[in-house]
Amino acid sequence: MSVLLPGSLAEALGSLAADPDLVPMAGGTDLLVHWPQRTELHERSYLDLSGVEELRPHRWEADELVLGGLTTYWDIIEDRRAWNELPLLIDAARQVGSVQIQTRGSWAGNIVNASPAADGVPVLMAYDAVVVLDSTRGRSEVPLSGFYSGYKEMRRSPDELVTEIRVPRRAYDVQIFEKVGSRRAQAITKVGVAVTRSDAGWRVVANSVAPFVCRCPAVERILEEGAAVGGPDDLLPGIREDVSPIDDIRSTAEYRENVLARLLYYDLLDLCPSFG
Amino acid sequence: MSDGRSDPLRISFTLNGEPTTVEVSPSERLLDLLRYRLGLTGTKEGCAEGECGACTVYLDGLPVDSCLVPAYQVRGRLVETIESLDPKGMAHYHARGTTQCGACTPGVVMTAEWIVRHPDRLETHTVRELMAGNLCRCTGYDGIIEGVEGALGDREAG
Repeated sequence: MSVLLPGSLAEALGSLAADPDLVPMAGGTDLLVHWPQRTELHERSYLDLSGVEELRPHRWEADELVLGGLTTYWDIIEDRRAWNELPLLIDAARQVGSVQIQTRGSWAGNIVNASPAADGVPVLMAYDAVVVLDSTRGRSEVPLSGFYSGYKEMRRSPDELVTEIRVPRRAYDVQIFEKVGSRRAQAITKVGVAVTRSDAGWRVVANSVAPFVCRCPAVERILEEGAAVGGPDDLLPGIREDVSPIDDIRSTAEYRENVLARLLYYDLLDLCPSFG
Repeated sequence: MSDGRSDPLRISFTLNGEPTTVEVSPSERLLDLLRYRLGLTGTKEGCAEGECGACTVYLDGLPVDSCLVPAYQVRGRLVETIESLDPKGMAHYHARGTTQCGACTPGVVMTAEWIVRHPDRLETHTVRELMAGNLCRCTGYDGIIEGVEGALGDREAG
């Protein structure tokens, strides 16, 4: 294994431009799992970002919260403003692993690790977050809801780093995050969902039910149109249009579909007059 | 690599209050550096995947799983291990049967003591949630929670 330790973003982007095979590393909570056994990973070259201090801080702008490329879950849990204004970030952060993971894992790392079960991604997507990518060629901004195109496939070029995540500050009257796992902590999600409603409309985002975390436009349409929903099963046709769960080690497709329908139905029952 | 970047890295950091300089391999985990090269075997390895918390240490004052930390990432930073804690402060845990077989104990005590030192965390979190990253297969957890609450009570009283 070899590692580069840039001390600035400019240096990091220069290294990545010169060698796009470098694997960027932040907290290491995904990469170092079972590290001694995964010897194939020891053959790679890494671009370790831990010395790029400018990527760590997050900041509140007039109309958005801007997370840095190295901002951790714990950084946001420590920010009481986030509890008040964007509480789904807190709900999700508290359910990632445990404190020991939350103090190391980063929001940007969660995005580019691109797990379908990522817990940080659904809430960011339900808040219409935008991924900011920098390279020596310049800057690009991609809405998180359009960032993924397949399992572990995303709109990040090998020479780009996620340097910021921009989260709009809006007034929400519905904010829901649900994670279903084998236990409360240290569990990989079997099915999860984030729901928001603002002036921009409904957002319904599901994880662990498709090759990547995704919005559910058919379900959003049911909510926008106020179509009558008499029970969880009435949501299943929309859910089947939106997601494609599979049977795997953690759960079954049938369970995931049905639990997603029930989470949505019972969470929205008191909020939507069309639900009864 | 011809550019030498896979060579050992010389790093300096503060370990349990002492300035420490050591050469590390790029692929070395903090856990292995502590246990096998610096002789601090109080920190245990359990699962090697950030689930059990037996390898918990403080990095700049925050609990982390040392099995998931590349050793070179602690350069310039503060690392504290179970060896840094005062054994006299463990009475609350002994009294309440917080620990049994001992495998998870150093990690449990590290997280427990972090909570006791930062009671303000309990304005938003429960002890149980903060301790969720430390698995124990003996106590059923109630002994751990009672130990932390006892230590918190003693601290408040004292």
